[in-house]
Amino acid sequence: MSVTVHGEEAYEPVFTGETLAALERKYAEYPTKQALLLPALWMVQEKRGWISEKAIGEVAQVLGLTPALVKGVVTFYTMYHTHPVGKYFIQVCTTSPCGLCGAEETLKALLLHTGCGELGATSPDGRFTVIEVECLGACGFATPVMVNDEFIESVAPETVPALLERYR
Amino acid sequence: MSQEMVTVTIDGIAVSVPKGTTIIEAAKQAGVLVPHYCYHPSLPAPAVCRMCLVEVEKAPKLMPACVTTVADGQVVHVQSERALEQRKGVLEFLLINHPLDCPICDQSGECELQDYTFQEGRAATRYTPDFAKRYNPVEDFGPDILYVPNRCILCTRCVRFMSDVAQEATLNVSERGDRAFIGIAEAERLDHPWSGNVVDLCPVGSLLSKDFLHKARVWDLDKTGSICPGCTQGCNITIDMRDEAVVRLKPRPNMDVNRHFMCDHGRLDYRWMNRGDRVEAPLVRNGAGATAAADWDHALDAAGALLQQAGGRAVILASGRASLESLGLVRKLVSSFDVTAAVKVPLGDEAPLAGIPGLALRRERVPNLDGARLLGYTAEWDAAVEAARTAAVVVVLDADLSAGEANALSAATGKVIAFSTLIADWHEQAAVVLPVTTMVEETGVYINRDQRAQRFQQAKAPPAMARPAWWAAGEILAGQGPDADAPASAAEAFAMVARDVASLDGLTHDALGWSGRSLKNGAGVHA
Amino acid sequence: MGYPHPSHPRETVVLSRYFGDPEARTYDGWVKRGGYEALRKALGMDRSAIIEEVKASGLRGRGGAGFPTGLKWSFMPKDDGKPHFLVCNADESEPGTFKDREIMRWTPHALIEGCAIGAYAIQAERCYIYIRGEFTEPWAVMSRAVEEAYAQGILGGNACGSGRRVDITLHRGAGAYICGEETAMLNSLEGKRGNPRVKPPFPAQAGAFGLPTTVNNVETLAAVPHILNRGAQWYKGLCLGNPKSTGTKLMSVCGHVQRPGNYEITMGTPMKDLIYDMCGGMRDGRKLKAVIPGGSSVPILTAEEAEACVTDYEGVVEAGSMLGSGGMIVMDDTTDMVYQIWRLARFYAHESCAQCTQCREGTGWTTRILGRILAGEGKQSDYELLLDLSKNMTGTTICVLSDSCAVPIVSGIQKFRSEFEAYIRREREPALALGPA
Repeated sequence: MSVTVHGEEAYEPVFTGETLAALERKYAEYPTKQALLLPALWMVQEKRGWISEKAIGEVAQVLGLTPALVKGVVTFYTMYHTHPVGKYFIQVCTTSPCGLCGAEETLKALLLHTGCGELGATSPDGRFTVIEVECLGACGFATPVMVNDEFIESVAPETVPALLERYR
Repeated sequence: MSQEMVTVTIDGIAVSVPKGTTIIEAAKQAGVLVPHYCYHPSLPAPAVCRMCLVEVEKAPKLMPACVTTVADGQVVHVQSERALEQRKGVLEFLLINHPLDCPICDQSGECELQDYTFQEGRAATRYTPDFAKRYNPVEDFGPDILYVPNRCILCTRCVRFMSDVAQEATLNVSERGDRAFIGIAEAERLDHPWSGNVVDLCPVGSLLSKDFLHKARVWDLDKTGSICPGCTQGCNITIDMRDEAVVRLKPRPNMDVNRHFMCDHGRLDYRWMNRGDRVEAPLVRNGAGATAAADWDHALDAAGALLQQAGGRAVILASGRASLESLGLVRKLVSSFDVTAAVKVPLGDEAPLAGIPGLALRRERVPNLDGARLLGYTAEWDAAVEAARTAAVVVVLDADLSAGEANALSAATGKVIAFSTLIADWHEQAAVVLPVTTMVEETGVYINRDQRAQRFQQAKAPPAMARPAWWAAGEILAGQGPDADAPASAAEAFAMVARDVASLDGLTHDALGWSGRSLKNGAGVHA
Repeated sequence: MGYPHPSHPRETVVLSRYFGDPEARTYDGWVKRGGYEALRKALGMDRSAIIEEVKASGLRGRGGAGFPTGLKWSFMPKDDGKPHFLVCNADESEPGTFKDREIMRWTPHALIEGCAIGAYAIQAERCYIYIRGEFTEPWAVMSRAVEEAYAQGILGGNACGSGRRVDITLHRGAGAYICGEETAMLNSLEGKRGNPRVKPPFPAQAGAFGLPTTVNNVETLAAVPHILNRGAQWYKGLCLGNPKSTGTKLMSVCGHVQRPGNYEITMGTPMKDLIYDMCGGMRDGRKLKAVIPGGSSVPILTAEEAEACVTDYEGVVEAGSMLGSGGMIVMDDTTDMVYQIWRLARFYAHESCAQCTQCREGTGWTTRILGRILAGEGKQSDYELLLDLSKNMTGTTICVLSDSCAVPIVSGIQKFRSEFEAYIRREREPALALGPA
């Protein structure tokens, strides 16, 4: 983990041992090293929960890119976190199709029952962060919600408390 | 030429261009400007600003002129109602978050957003006051570069320069949609030796030079075409002056030398051009060994007398910034001697611009080393300094002497003729000190490392009595022989020098024009 | 079968036949259901014969554009000595569309088989399946299936014992709608920002990594094995009168219907039947108000237009919209159209890649104007402004995201002006507080 002490970040590299080997095994599947950028960023996020500036530097070094290029890519894709988030990162689809079916009420229920209060904020217990997400591609199962990598269909305000129990 | 040509009509003007030419370049040939932001001839074209959309007959949609290649018989309208309406739309979009702070913006006056808005934009926005403008603070990108995001139009020229030309992607587009901005990694600085070009490339006032910050309104600048004196590359530049002071150097396009670029070393090395510690009048050493100011006639006579008395070895210690004209005529002064002539060549690290083969900040940090070589000068400086100790006469052509080098001259006290721009302690030992102009104050020719002769123009008035070194040398020569005519202009001085050098023979200042001539393959002869 | 509810008798189940059948997910289960026969057959065929067969079937791209698949394959250079790539677009993210997700979740081997046939047909040794980052379950299912396919010798250096190499790599997106645009997807695959590219060059000339590439949608590729197994004529025969639109189409129906879900219809099925019969009609006995028939990027149809619409490529165009990806957003008479249009505009503003000026600034600005109208602060001049900005955003950018934002605005103002009017005249309670757009 990266820890901030007096503004100085002590950074432990992600790409060592098996993680590095796993990345290197994938090189053969692509004509360029840069093509591994999205996979490498996923590996960082899986390990660290978010992608710090130092991690950006490490990925750049491993793939022979510049940190600026990597950062431009990280900030393009909404699923990469550039800040630490709660232990359970909850994404609620509120795009039109789900919006028609009450997604905003589901979102309100999640904000209330997690204690997050507002979008993007982390609950006081550090357990949850809730955000709105654009179309999760499960419009027939309104409202889909993602809790970290778990994809849950048909969440309604009344099913929210039971859902959250699973993460307490 | 066997290249296939196609003919297109752009705003009623027919023009033939090679197949594969883009509409925007073909329009240039027709004398039609297609307004644009992201396109730049020295960068890959992303077609993102959408400003250059033009109407092409028979095409259903407006076409981006920067990436659409011409087809034979094509009829293009840049000033059609549809194209104009669309540009008006782009301009309005680009301005919705713009602070409209032209009065405090350095780009004002050379801003393409300002220009096109003035030419064809809407008189007023429909965005404010209903919606608040986005605001982002100014960022410090590097040693000489500030980023003002509020003025940015996301044309990405800077990003592409760094990634494709400098090939060190230090800048990015961060975030997306209307939250996007030009970003840099926290751990990095925009300090590449060629990074200053992003300021020139920025079509608006978003990337600014700290060095030039709030120094001048650009319409107050006097601009003169010149050659960068920073190294042997010979980048074409413009010298920008305000109130007789040089305030910035900018690259001047020359596709054969520097395309649209110049390095930061050359760009920022201009303060010497404004120095005040100049030799403003000739100095002559009298019989008592004291130097005193004199008029030009006395000084030229004294120099002439010294050259006539002496015999044996003459040493010329010259600055690599001296023009071909000055180097040549000074060399002629001592033609009756055994001559050792050298130029002083400060060295530094080479800094190539990766994406442009043949373009680099060169190790040799003088502009005219090859010109000097053509005239019999060498770079064997230390040997020349050593030879000066025992020489019959020493001519110092504006060389910047170290204390040790000046010390070597003490052996030659009273035998030194100095052509100097700056006051120096060792002048006490010189028989004559002639006040001469810097390259900014005169017209002349440099020959770069690729044997390209390029002319620079006088930008600045010389201080007090200073005259070009070629003039002083020419006058001394004229005083020595009944046939010699002193040259009255740099062009005449060039002609005098050129006739003795095979590769320059027949070349004239006029023939050099604004972009110079290569001396390879006898180009000079057939000029 | 069927998922989440049993297939309706009026469906023509080809692709969706095993939706909801967990056994079909496994290699053994898939082979038991006739899987990989088409691939074995294909690997013994001449490449051009495969392309001809697909051409003859009339199969058109199911991702939205409806371009004939066989024709697209035929654009690939032949024997040029360069590596070729097939990229399968599994970045399904067009609001209203959720069919590719089901194909991957339930019949992963169907997609692998289609990809392998497609790759072979275009002389590609590798196929990348670009799966959107949010599709964690399809990703897991597909990963397992690819592993199985390698273990069974279906994929690899000697695919199905044919001596041909066919490799498949799954590539995970990371949250960007625009990566569903094929050239943006190629940039993303290359490890760049997902910016759409200027065309030409088209992917067949310079696609992934600058090499000849074909990009096909999941549903398109999943249909290919069926065509090879049962013949082009069979597929072509799946049509109700219009020979330009053939085969089956998975229609994702969502919104205010009784039974939202995927319905596999024969091209040409009346939209009315789809909504009122297969989907069970409107929920809570409400009345139909509007349908966005092809994913959120196409013009809105009124109830009357939708009820008269024939569901195939040409039929929907005739009705005034487009079939697009086949994602139908159905809205009943409780729907606040202004609010829905604002929500769509906000979606596009969020997803604009930031390249083109009109899109970057226009999507945000129109969203803010719509938000202001909803907040009860609208003006009469807003119509003109919205339509003018929409005009500037249409047909002027590299890709069509900007157009997609303008489309519902323009069709919304045309067809539901009275609802805008109610907000602008302050006859309706504000639906939004003025503030963040």
